[in-house]
Amino acid sequence: MEFLLDSLFSALLLLWSIDPELVEIVSVSLKVSSSSTIIASIVGVPAGLLIAFREFPGKRLLITTLNTLLALPTVVVGLFVYAFISRRGILGVLDLLYTQKAMIIGQVILIIPIITVFTISAISRIDERYRKTAMTLGADALQTAWVIIREARFAIVAAVIAAFGRVIAEVGISMMLGGNAKGFTRNMTTAMALEYDKGEFVLSVALGIVLLTVSFGLNIFFNYIQGRARV
Amino acid sequence: MKKGLLFIHAAALVILAFSPVDAAEKVIKMSTTTSTENSGLLDVLLPELEKDTGIKIKVFAKGTGAAIRDGTDGNVDIIFVHAKAREDKFVADGYGAYRLGVMHNDFVIVGPAADPAAIKGKKDATRALRMIAGKEAPFVSRGDDSGTHTKEQALWKASGIPLTTTSTEIVSKGKKKKLSFVYPGGLGKWYFSIGQGMGKTLTYAEEKQAYALTDRGTYLNYKFGREQGLDLDILCEGDSLLFNPYGIIPVNPKKYPHVKFDLADQFAKWLVSPRIQAMIARYQIQGHQAFYPDAVSDAK
Repeated sequence: MEFLLDSLFSALLLLWSIDPELVEIVSVSLKVSSSSTIIASIVGVPAGLLIAFREFPGKRLLITTLNTLLALPTVVVGLFVYAFISRRGILGVLDLLYTQKAMIIGQVILIIPIITVFTISAISRIDERYRKTAMTLGADALQTAWVIIREARFAIVAAVIAAFGRVIAEVGISMMLGGNAKGFTRNMTTAMALEYDKGEFVLSVALGIVLLTVSFGLNIFFNYIQGRARV
Repeated sequence: MKKGLLFIHAAALVILAFSPVDAAEKVIKMSTTTSTENSGLLDVLLPELEKDTGIKIKVFAKGTGAAIRDGTDGNVDIIFVHAKAREDKFVADGYGAYRLGVMHNDFVIVGPAADPAAIKGKKDATRALRMIAGKEAPFVSRGDDSGTHTKEQALWKASGIPLTTTSTEIVSKGKKKKLSFVYPGGLGKWYFSIGQGMGKTLTYAEEKQAYALTDRGTYLNYKFGREQGLDLDILCEGDSLLFNPYGIIPVNPKKYPHVKFDLADQFAKWLVSPRIQAMIARYQIQGHQAFYPDAVSDAK
């Protein structure tokens, strides 16, 4: 049990000394996960808006399917992408496997459903009266949509933050598609898994503490942006 | 009435789930390396053990580092690993009761048929590594502190190539402790340290058409034991530096009174008995002898 206390001190020591290896690992995590969150948002938010605003046959089925995909195991995504980009797969010539790009592809697939579903629910939570008021004030369809998006923006940002939290904490995709190569595709979670495998529990938990610290810093930042947007 | 019956059923299930069904049985826990498990040898030995002695073994396969850690923490009754220096330290520190040499196999350097560093047929392992580093040909390392990784680091050291050491400071038992990592350069460019098991390292090397150090058994299984054989060949073998001894170590009951030392002791002694040593010698992977018994010199 004493290794938990050791881990706390180790985390502080790693952060305090700005351990170069730690910086490397953290920057891989941040680079990969923020890229995938941005890409998934560019796809997921408009998709969510489109599904929320339009009525079409099979809409309920689509939403149910998306909800199911929230439970998508990272290993399944990893294997699915692996099948395509491995040297024996149809995209094998691109030499993508075990690169940061491969990690991003996998993570994007993982969180598009999260962003889409939460965008849909953010829109549908907006009171119907907003829509009616906008329309009675003479707004056209596009302007009405804009009013609703403005009202839903905090919930949409929350969806993006949740998606980021999912990818920065996931290990399956990073391990299978990134391959945990030191100084290249090793990120915080695969480093933790490795230190556990080596029996170096202290470093593993210390990295976990660093991960939470980094996430905390990012959330303070997001919170600041949300707060400013409110004014 | 129905509800009551349901409750009784549920309670019975819960009791069943938590009752120590194997209390009367002879079950011990063993941590071993993934290479031992992947070789398939245990699948042959353990049923035989149960027939002979009634002892059942729960096997946990991981890297040598983690397996030794399991022993150091008293989580298992016995460990079966291959990293001689660390095993000796484990016993010297009082965690292991004793060490018995069981068998050895050997390491080989595998690589793509194209062989960009032209090491094919070279027996001298350190020379082969020098040529790989000279060409900066891709090389995949376990990088997981396992027995194979320990051996690889020793080979790099012996090769005389200038090595880079990075270290990370952590706190252990209230004191600062340095964890070092040694590599020949080109990290993430031609030297890939992936921190994963032997099988993953081989498929990674195949994917990158890179060189790798592997134990022969795992390689044979991946090359000939799969529908689509590994697209890598053995390029360097036979150097005495590539020798890989396996040891069995019961956890010391003086350190951890709860371990089942009697059963672990019985298993260890059984493993080095002439009949089982002969059985180990007969064990083949894809038509090749995989292990050479060490405890009995005349076991053939």
